[in-house]
Amino acid sequence: MKKTLPLLSFLVCFALVFGVKTYFSLKPKSEVSVLENEFDDSFEKNISLPETVSYNFDVKPILSDKCYKCHGPDPNSVQADFRLDISEDWYRKSMENENKKIISSGDLSKSELVDRIRSTRASHQMPPPESNLVLTEREKRIIEKWISQGAKWEPHWAYISPLKIEENWNIDKFILHKLENKGLNISNEAPKELLLRRLYFDLIGLPPTLAQINQFLQDKSDSAYENVVNKLLSSQAYGERMASMWMDIARYADTNGYQDDTERTMWPWRDWVIHAYNKNMPYDQFVTWQLAGDLLPNANKEQVLATGFNRNHMITQEGGVIEEEYRVEYVADRTVTTAKTFMGLTVECARCHDHKYDEISQKDFFNLFDFFNRIDEDGVISYTDKAPKPNIKLDHNLIKEELPFIKIPDSITELDLMVMKEADNLRKTYLLNRGTYDSPSDIELNGSMPSVILPFKQNFEKNRLGLSKWLFDHSNPITARVTVNRLWQQFFGIGIVSTPSDFGNQGALPTHPKLLDWLARKYMEEGWNTKKMIKRIVMSKTYKQSSKSTPFKSKIDPKNYYLSHFPRQKLTAEMIRDNILVSSGLFVDKVGGPSVKPYQPPGLWDELTGGSTSNSLKRYTMSTNGNQYRRSLYTYWKRTAPPPGMITFDASTRDYCMVERQKTSTPLQSLVLLNDPQVQEAAEYIARSLLSKKLKSHKEKIIHIYRKITGRSPQIKTLNYLIDYIKEVEKIHLKEEESMDNFNMHHKVYTSLSLLIYNLDETSQKS
Amino acid sequence: MEELNKYFLNNNRRHFLKNIGFGIGGLALGSMLDPFNLEDPAMSKIHSGSLPLPHFAPKAKRVIYLFQSGGPSQLDLFDYKPYLNKFRGMDLPDSIRKGQRLTGMTSNQSKFPVTGSLYDFKQYGESRAWVSSLMPNVSKIVDELCFVKSMHTEAINHDPAITFFQTGSQQPGRPSIGSWMSYGLGSLNDNLPSFIVLLSTGNGKPQPQPLYSRLWGNGFLSSLHQGVQFRSGKDPVLYLQNPEGVSKEERRKMLDHLAEINEAQEKSFGDSEISSRISNYEMAYRMQTSVPDAMDISDEPDHILRMYGKNSYKPGTYAANCLLARRLIEKDVRFVQLYHTGWDQHDNLPSQISRQAKDVDQGTAALIMDLKQRGLLEDTLVIWGGEFGRTNYCQGKLTDIDYGRDHHPRSFTIFMAGGGIKPGFSYGETDDFGYNIVKDPVHVHDLQATILNQFGIDHERMTYKFQGRRFRLTDVHGEVKKELLDI
Repeated sequence: MKKTLPLLSFLVCFALVFGVKTYFSLKPKSEVSVLENEFDDSFEKNISLPETVSYNFDVKPILSDKCYKCHGPDPNSVQADFRLDISEDWYRKSMENENKKIISSGDLSKSELVDRIRSTRASHQMPPPESNLVLTEREKRIIEKWISQGAKWEPHWAYISPLKIEENWNIDKFILHKLENKGLNISNEAPKELLLRRLYFDLIGLPPTLAQINQFLQDKSDSAYENVVNKLLSSQAYGERMASMWMDIARYADTNGYQDDTERTMWPWRDWVIHAYNKNMPYDQFVTWQLAGDLLPNANKEQVLATGFNRNHMITQEGGVIEEEYRVEYVADRTVTTAKTFMGLTVECARCHDHKYDEISQKDFFNLFDFFNRIDEDGVISYTDKAPKPNIKLDHNLIKEELPFIKIPDSITELDLMVMKEADNLRKTYLLNRGTYDSPSDIELNGSMPSVILPFKQNFEKNRLGLSKWLFDHSNPITARVTVNRLWQQFFGIGIVSTPSDFGNQGALPTHPKLLDWLARKYMEEGWNTKKMIKRIVMSKTYKQSSKSTPFKSKIDPKNYYLSHFPRQKLTAEMIRDNILVSSGLFVDKVGGPSVKPYQPPGLWDELTGGSTSNSLKRYTMSTNGNQYRRSLYTYWKRTAPPPGMITFDASTRDYCMVERQKTSTPLQSLVLLNDPQVQEAAEYIARSLLSKKLKSHKEKIIHIYRKITGRSPQIKTLNYLIDYIKEVEKIHLKEEESMDNFNMHHKVYTSLSLLIYNLDETSQKS
Repeated sequence: MEELNKYFLNNNRRHFLKNIGFGIGGLALGSMLDPFNLEDPAMSKIHSGSLPLPHFAPKAKRVIYLFQSGGPSQLDLFDYKPYLNKFRGMDLPDSIRKGQRLTGMTSNQSKFPVTGSLYDFKQYGESRAWVSSLMPNVSKIVDELCFVKSMHTEAINHDPAITFFQTGSQQPGRPSIGSWMSYGLGSLNDNLPSFIVLLSTGNGKPQPQPLYSRLWGNGFLSSLHQGVQFRSGKDPVLYLQNPEGVSKEERRKMLDHLAEINEAQEKSFGDSEISSRISNYEMAYRMQTSVPDAMDISDEPDHILRMYGKNSYKPGTYAANCLLARRLIEKDVRFVQLYHTGWDQHDNLPSQISRQAKDVDQGTAALIMDLKQRGLLEDTLVIWGGEFGRTNYCQGKLTDIDYGRDHHPRSFTIFMAGGGIKPGFSYGETDDFGYNIVKDPVHVHDLQATILNQFGIDHERMTYKFQGRRFRLTDVHGEVKKELLDI
């Protein structure tokens, strides 16, 4: 084992670096994939043992992953009545040798745990062979070193209040501190063009125009960058960019999602989200309104509208469905969404049994469930109901006076929207055995939150409002951490905790725990001011640095966890399409209103539904009047047949809450960029627009187009390739059609060139 | 089987090395590397020795899953229950129903009149398998088939029931079985996706219930493993065709220049992801040829087309999709998933099901025999079945010539062929009323475990860790049904 391990990990690393992302990846996947999937930080793990072994950071992740399944928090699966997640059991007497303890602090020879993990007898060895779980040599040594250093207990890191850190720290200081320990340094500032494009996409989700680029390049003042930051943060597009991420979390869609997938009206809620971001509503308020706006004293219409957040889940209309079965699903969806989004906790497991890895019991699950279980709603809705109860009605007058941010078209007289509404004494919540609707136990729950994170105080209302107060209580250790981590992820691609939905025992540990704590404290102290926090991040040197790596950096920190350079990232599905629209000039910039239907290959809906011209959800009808060129945020989302261009580029399906997206690269993506009529149209549009410009040479024209699409001037080498391409394409066309006139030739050649540039790696990247 | 296993391991090794080949600076561009040139004997030895997959010797390499969406009536097709005819109209005794849950469509009925089939059942072949007159072609090949008459599921509605069969969970979010296979075993070829989906609409029901693309979704697995829908018509894969006026030559030129610029970009940023993007463009380019080739049936001789029936000439029909499935399997696609809608006979069952069965009978039988005559059946697993069965009692009014049946999850029939499954065999039994299973139940998770088993995969060991938990296709259940295996 010892001998083959380095070799194996070499192979695995090799595979990781080269080509696991290749579409038709052609190796036997099972075992390799488990490794790919689970060995992500193998580079880290193979480095020598830490001087002082930390229970939280070094030991517990091993115990949780390899031992808790049978010796963890779930009483139903505990073997030998022994738990490793609580210190009470650690120091128990050994059953097999009375001179030993399970863990004998400071004494390896008297610790049964050591015998067990070192044992080679199948019946004695831990973890047992049939578990398919194996401790690596390094993991065994970590456990041993920890025991010899005294084996001390600590509460879970994420549930200890964020540390207080002296005032004079800032983001760069934290980052530099870690980098220097690794012998690395921060990179120089990125070239202005790249930096501007990065900033535009990050803050408003759109690329800068040529005029905006030129202006920035010409502005040599010290405040040039900050001025742009301020301008972008106060633009409408900022709210749209932030909303587009919130849509994944809120599982927003324009249809109900199950089988027949009928239409719903939730876009006014989406308009509210944009509005709330744009006026920089403090995050605690932003969330409180969405979770419990209806329960605020004298709740106004806007506060009630915000609660639509928790009606965005899928709803069925399938005939014959048992109502209660699905109603329970909806309540469970809200429970899971809340835990995942605000508490960094995956609680799905605790629906059926006490959590195997985290100290979250089935009772905890149903206590949270209870908060969402008091809504007078239907499990199955009718085919025509676009806003199943509870709902609110909004007319033009009311919108004009109280909710002017809702962009209601004149053609719609009235809006019916789903919202949350507490119905008193409607039903009691019982713990459901195995989590199924038809197996209620006699254990009644009254609404509470897991005390392992923070006890639910007496003065908190036992409802969703109390839940919000618990989340934003100044002593809650988790909410701010989870939120600033997601903000960090927005800019750097990976959070300080790389598992944004799991801050529990099975989640990743923070790469920069102190930075995370510092940011979390700042966020709370500054009144959950999101724009301020974002500005802090984008003003840092860490953010502004170049994205170029060096062989030395890749060797020391191949995954760039420590940010010795800015991590290059692929643009999101929305950004890729919006870049095409903006750069070509097709873009129609209009905030809010009903969702729109851009280009989509014909027949996609019909194939699934059987098609019908009388039913707007059976056949896709493209929008007109410029609506087909709106921001991708507004693209109509039909859950059972989501927009293919978006899904191909890793957009979330909106079937359930997602706090991060996959980042893949597939040949299907290449096909979209090469052949989607939208890209083709954009390329033609650019070629046509050249006619009105006073550009003479190929060179001038190429630079113009290249800058429009990629935001920067081409390198000389690139320029030469592109000039060569123009000539090659001319030749091809002359061969096909000798008499082609100049005008047509020009158009064809520059359309082709633009299409090529749309397909460059650089175009789809935030560098 | 040793041969197959050897082939399998060799194949893996070859592909693994080739994969590395793609990575190194995009060497594979334009001039494809001969993978064997890269092969270092020492390296391959280590490689095949240290990766314990397959977990054991596989029997099958590929799957064709003929999903019959809507819930075919086992009582009118395969599960012969003369008792139901004898006591036609009698209220289903509580001792049989045992208060089990019903869908909202019949739970309010005051009576549950027992309903025999209107169709003649006969025993066929040496295996003496029962098949009704609705499936004249399938009845001729029963000795190739393995019927499981004791399938059962928990779901009683379409959406959760199909989702359960395809992903192992009733609620959306998990990867489809084809995605799991693609993830676990990789692809067998360089030019086509490893998981391909074909859809057809049944004639049985005027408005069949719709399908949803998440059924072939990759869930939490990488989207590299999502099912790719092949459509009838000029663009079999979305955005496959060059825009109008763009010749192949021009496209090739574009890709060459694209690669050169992207490589320069890679050097400048040191971003190794770029090379995988370059190779994806090459794959896309190859697909532009390989996909239409696979879809173009003009090279199929007449006798083959006749075998699949006259609908095989009509793109987008079930028969045409069966033929395509065979072509894709020949090209070493790992998992071909067909869906045929329209099996949801709540009312007018006799008129509907006869049209519906006609849609699939000939194509199914032809596919299996065609695979056999090409020697492909041995290592191709074919599965035919829906998401649940139908009730033994009538939904709505029972007349001499008409009846309907509601969803029935407690017992239903599917069949399989090839892939190391025991041919000419029927497994499991239901009671005289065809309501409850009395012998050898097979749960959805058992079926999934058994399918994976045929590929040398231990369903308990093929896991994917997501959000802190190791997920399996079979959740925490499932048992390989050894009795179904041809050992």
